[in-house]
Amino acid sequence: MVGINRKTQPNINLLDNFNFQVPDIYKLDNGIPVYQIRTGTQPITKIEFIFKAGGWFEKKPLVAKFTNKMLREGTRSFTSEKLHETIDFYGAHIETSLDKDMAYVVLYSLNKHLENILPVLVEVVLEPVFPEKELSIRIQNKKQEFLINCEKVKYVARRKFSELIYGKSHPYGRFFDIEDFDHLTNNDLKDFHALHYNIPASSVIVAGNSPGTIISTLNRCFGNFERSPSKRTNDEADIQPHKDHRVHIIKDNNIQTAIRIGRIMVNKMHPDYLRLKVLNTILGGYFGSRLMTNIREEKGYTYGIGSSLVSMQNSGFFYISSEVGSAVTDRAIDEIYLEIEKLQNELVSEEELNLVRNYMLGTFLRSLDGPFALSESYKSLIEYGLDSDYFKNYIGIIKSVTAEQIMELARKYLDKNSLYELKVGK
Amino acid sequence: MIAFEKFTLDNGLKVIVHTDKSTPIVALNILYDVGARDEDPEKTGFAHLFEHLMFGGSVNIPKYDVPLENAGGENNAFTNNDITNYYLTIPRQNLELAFWLESDRMLDLAFSGKSLSVQRNVVIEEFKQSYLNQPYGDVWLLLRPVAYKVHPYRWSTIGKEISHIENATIGDVKAFYRKFYNPENAIMTIAGNVDAREIEKLSVKWFGSIAPGVKPVRNISPEPVQNESRQLRVKRKVPFDAIYMAFHMCARSDKEYHSTDLISDILSNGFSSRLYRRLVKEQRLFSQINAYISGDMDKGLFIVNGKLLKNIKMEEASEAIWKEIGLIAENLVDDSELQKVKNKVESTLEFSEVNVLEKAMNLSYSELLGDADLINHEINKYQEVTREQIRETAGKIFRNENCSTLYYYAN
Repeated sequence: MVGINRKTQPNINLLDNFNFQVPDIYKLDNGIPVYQIRTGTQPITKIEFIFKAGGWFEKKPLVAKFTNKMLREGTRSFTSEKLHETIDFYGAHIETSLDKDMAYVVLYSLNKHLENILPVLVEVVLEPVFPEKELSIRIQNKKQEFLINCEKVKYVARRKFSELIYGKSHPYGRFFDIEDFDHLTNNDLKDFHALHYNIPASSVIVAGNSPGTIISTLNRCFGNFERSPSKRTNDEADIQPHKDHRVHIIKDNNIQTAIRIGRIMVNKMHPDYLRLKVLNTILGGYFGSRLMTNIREEKGYTYGIGSSLVSMQNSGFFYISSEVGSAVTDRAIDEIYLEIEKLQNELVSEEELNLVRNYMLGTFLRSLDGPFALSESYKSLIEYGLDSDYFKNYIGIIKSVTAEQIMELARKYLDKNSLYELKVGK
Repeated sequence: MIAFEKFTLDNGLKVIVHTDKSTPIVALNILYDVGARDEDPEKTGFAHLFEHLMFGGSVNIPKYDVPLENAGGENNAFTNNDITNYYLTIPRQNLELAFWLESDRMLDLAFSGKSLSVQRNVVIEEFKQSYLNQPYGDVWLLLRPVAYKVHPYRWSTIGKEISHIENATIGDVKAFYRKFYNPENAIMTIAGNVDAREIEKLSVKWFGSIAPGVKPVRNISPEPVQNESRQLRVKRKVPFDAIYMAFHMCARSDKEYHSTDLISDILSNGFSSRLYRRLVKEQRLFSQINAYISGDMDKGLFIVNGKLLKNIKMEEASEAIWKEIGLIAENLVDDSELQKVKNKVESTLEFSEVNVLEKAMNLSYSELLGDADLINHEINKYQEVTREQIRETAGKIFRNENCSTLYYYAN
């Protein structure tokens, strides 16, 4: 093959049409909304329950976490052993997880086993019994896991950073400690479950090439629970940030230091949020970002560095994080501030901004590819009561954001004096 | 079932095409048949260091990532003991850009001293972050040379020691590239809403003119049969004792591979598995326990590891593991227990076919094992495993003189 020109890159077609699938919305008899994403090539289904039962709602440390973890440890008619035996036998997975706001229960199953596994899911969600024996085993194991995690600089930095910016008494800054494990009782979990795993107040997402009967099956299993007024607690909380903006936790024998720099920002309901996402991407949100380019690819100080914008129901925060060689920690931090200052003082070139636009649109396209990616993307809307207009708005903002707006946001939100800086290591 | 077409260019590049019309994304995967096992014992960590350099610019393209990000694409790579695998996903309409990028770095790299010195540092920080600055992070650096005395699996992908990476020269990496990075030594898979004829055209256009190179001949001495039980005891700054047992097992393409994999599932896949149920829940010896196989192309390792609960003695923990693995070697498993692990495998395989990237990787790897179509017969091979085979394979593996144990003590 003669005559191909390798110097010139093939034409790139900008991403323009996003034909994303919008979920079908059903209501079970008791009003639970079910969002169905019916797509995919494989005979498999994912069913996810979303509860307002995250760490925010607990009155006592670890209660939300253990309630969530213990859902699978025994129910009205299944002992823990029988439950796991059944889940495993059908090759299914029931996974539970939580964050500060929400708690989740997810079932993954082959369609042909759905009818066999759904009765298990029903009990896991509605009728867990929190047996003492399983609880004490879990507590002991998790306690050990926690002590091992405390040896990891990154883990220590993550916890401490939230505490710095929100304060120890705020639900987003409050963390459990080793002695909290010993104060947990199964009554705590029962109470928390009764109050916060409020079935009629939950949402459900069904994704995959599921059987046509799935909605009526769900209605049969979950649709006859009466809606009781959901009791929300702790909606207001005082943020009491740490008085020092620069904190260093000394850990000996560590050849790398974990760094976190950031602050409280806004969540996705705020008009600045989507443009801040673009700013964040430029700074540290992709491989070619300024932080990666400077601190990894030019200086070789670290294996990786990045920044993130985190949205939660009642707040949001921004952070830069890395683990760097202990000998170059301060140099790396100086470079981080230099990169922030550059964003405040120099307009991003149109070339770079275009690249970031295209990269973000590509990432967005991937986030809508296939049933499971779609269900994750829609979950992030459903939790905030948003619909797919938010995606359209997102696309519009990525395309229209200007270099001036980026600079303005960097000045407004990344002022050095407002940032917290944490080092964990030597 | 993953349908595909396969063809080979004149220069030896193997190309596999899988059509999946359900997605706007195309995955392109290139597997190079080189891994840490192909390294010189005095220059370990090279395959992986090299993977980093593949992003440092090629002969006509100064920066690999920039055009790809501009086209809405994303990429990464990994290295293990057997292979180095590069993958990207890109919106369908920009697919040709991926051919341009990947063919250029197969054609020739633009090595710069600066790129090498920076990536040496990056890899050294990766070494520290993943192996040295994590509790129990050095386990594989310790255990591999106990289990292997001859075979290059005795070192980790990251390298035996930091100095091997520090001492890498531009001459070393150029030689490595010339030897291993050529069409004869690569398998490319494209998966997405594509047509095989279109891919064939693009492949010939962009890759066809690359010189074939020589398929490197692998001359690895097999690991001699282990005839004595081996132990290593270390003390580290960790909160709890841990135990790691490594047994020699078969190679990925051997007949017993599937029964071996099912044994690891019976022992530790899921909360109903034997080790979890008995040693974590009933006997309260471990906070975590795991059994898994390395799945290497040459004869690999069957690993059992666990973190001990506080105040449990190492001897007691070790005996309990031996008792459990002894049971599976002596008694036939129940039909229903065997059926359970087969059902789990079926489910795992079905879920692995959800996205094009995973399918592309699996097709490339199957082709390396001998035939891309192997992937479509995996489930049958698992289904055919009998109770007797499970017992027989377990009996072969779980012997004292086939075991290397690392006792990892908290100080």
